[in-house]
Amino acid sequence: MLADDLRGMYYIALKDVKAYYFKAPNISWGILFPFAFILAFAIRNPGDLRALVPGLLALTVLFGTSSMEAIVIVFERRIGSLERLFLAPLRLPALLAGKLLGGMAFGLTVTLVVLVVSIIIFGSTGTNWLMLILALLLSATAFSAMGAFISVAVKEVFEAQTLANFFRFPMMFLGGVFVPLASMPAWLQGIARLFPLTYSVEALRAAFSGGSWATAGLDLGALSAFSVVLFLLAVRTLARRID
Amino acid sequence: MTEAIQVEGLTKVFTTGKDRPPLRAVDGIDFTVHEGEVFGFLGPNGAGKTSTIRMLTGLSRPTAGKAHVLGLELDKDLPRIKKRIGVVPEASNLYDELTAFDNLVFAMQLYGVPRLERKVRAEALLQRFRLGEKRDAPFAKLSRGMKRALTIAAGLAHRPPLVFLDEPTTGLDVMSARNLRGMIASLRDEGVTVFLTTHYLEEAERLCDRVAVIVKGKIVALDTVAGLRSSAQQKNIVEITLENSDGLQEKRRVECVDGVGPAIQKLLNETNGRHVLALDTLRPSLEDVFVQLTGLSAEVMLSEKGGKGGGNAGG
Repeated sequence: MLADDLRGMYYIALKDVKAYYFKAPNISWGILFPFAFILAFAIRNPGDLRALVPGLLALTVLFGTSSMEAIVIVFERRIGSLERLFLAPLRLPALLAGKLLGGMAFGLTVTLVVLVVSIIIFGSTGTNWLMLILALLLSATAFSAMGAFISVAVKEVFEAQTLANFFRFPMMFLGGVFVPLASMPAWLQGIARLFPLTYSVEALRAAFSGGSWATAGLDLGALSAFSVVLFLLAVRTLARRID
Repeated sequence: MTEAIQVEGLTKVFTTGKDRPPLRAVDGIDFTVHEGEVFGFLGPNGAGKTSTIRMLTGLSRPTAGKAHVLGLELDKDLPRIKKRIGVVPEASNLYDELTAFDNLVFAMQLYGVPRLERKVRAEALLQRFRLGEKRDAPFAKLSRGMKRALTIAAGLAHRPPLVFLDEPTTGLDVMSARNLRGMIASLRDEGVTVFLTTHYLEEAERLCDRVAVIVKGKIVALDTVAGLRSSAQQKNIVEITLENSDGLQEKRRVECVDGVGPAIQKLLNETNGRHVLALDTLRPSLEDVFVQLTGLSAEVMLSEKGGKGGGNAGG
């Protein structure tokens, strides 16, 4: 049974990557969108551009993983092809995990491109590589799970896009990407703590500045918790939709 | 005889909202499907055919009742059952973005077909379903009939001993429907058990070893096609074909219960000097049985379904 689940997960992710993700518009959108936002901010507030890199990477992971992920499941449900996966010999969590893996693979690939460009421009002095890898992996998992949850919670593709933006845009402006959390009023900081992007930016910032594991550990733990909770919510919601 | 499917008291009740009574889509049905036969599940729209398939394939949970599929208990062994069945839904639901070949390979990957076998089997299925030339075409670019054929091929790709075909020829042109019927007939020759839902009576008559008729969630008849025919009213039909003065042919029918002699005499008396081309006695068809059991005519069934594509096709 476990072998069936693992095999199913792998091939569902591979199929999604081939069928939906690695298309020119997705790749260009995934890379250009975060760059455009950061560039607009940098022109308005020229200063330490290197400090914007963690936010840029976090945004790239967020949009790279969740943009298509939020659409794929609802799209497949609309055209009936999701039913093919329900009929296959694998359990529901494995089916959704396969969907998550597809989103993560795409999100992490575009993030890698942005990371390489950032390192070429700003260098990598003081970077804690293990922390960086963990932060990127856990961010991708949390955002992909968020995308999956959105996708199973709605019935139409346009609803998925609307709901995804409903979560992503407040996160983008309150998650410490452009403005440090410490400079926000306490009540806004409280709201920011509800968003996974906040922990992603903090963990990536710690990784680039050689921050301590004690601080980053909390952020990585929060990202893990978001991943688990959002994934379980997605599984439960999808299970209810069967029948 | 080994049973491929055994169903006892299978029931599906849907809630239909506030202040509305629940809908008993499937109402305590019992039947068995023998290994290696083509079993027809016949009924008008909304009779409970698809609800039954969805329960037997694990897409929907039964409200009550028991079912064994390939000797395995449905509510306990679903993962093992899923590995051994093929399901072709009413809609052709493969992946638009993948090619015909890649769709077949993906269908096999999910079922653990070894890597070396996948390519060989996919190529063979494409040839068998006359899709060889469309090997590298995306599913979205295929014609309706080709999409249907490929969807059936994907359902067979992991070589399941039991296949559920839900309205396989609906909406197809005559030739595509004819080809698909040929393929379904060949499955029986290979020993595959086929559970076929259809609203085309001719299709059931041509393909099925036994037929169950379901109406409003209940099975109202279950027998071989010949058995159902013989259980129909013992009436005969006499048909005369006349040639009019303009060269066109005209057919007339008379039903008779007690012998065909008086009916033949009546038809001959009404020829008005026209040339008699043929005089035939006809047996009751499955359609006659169906009309008797459901009160619906074949035309009503087809119009309910919204298409006549494959219904009157030969083959």
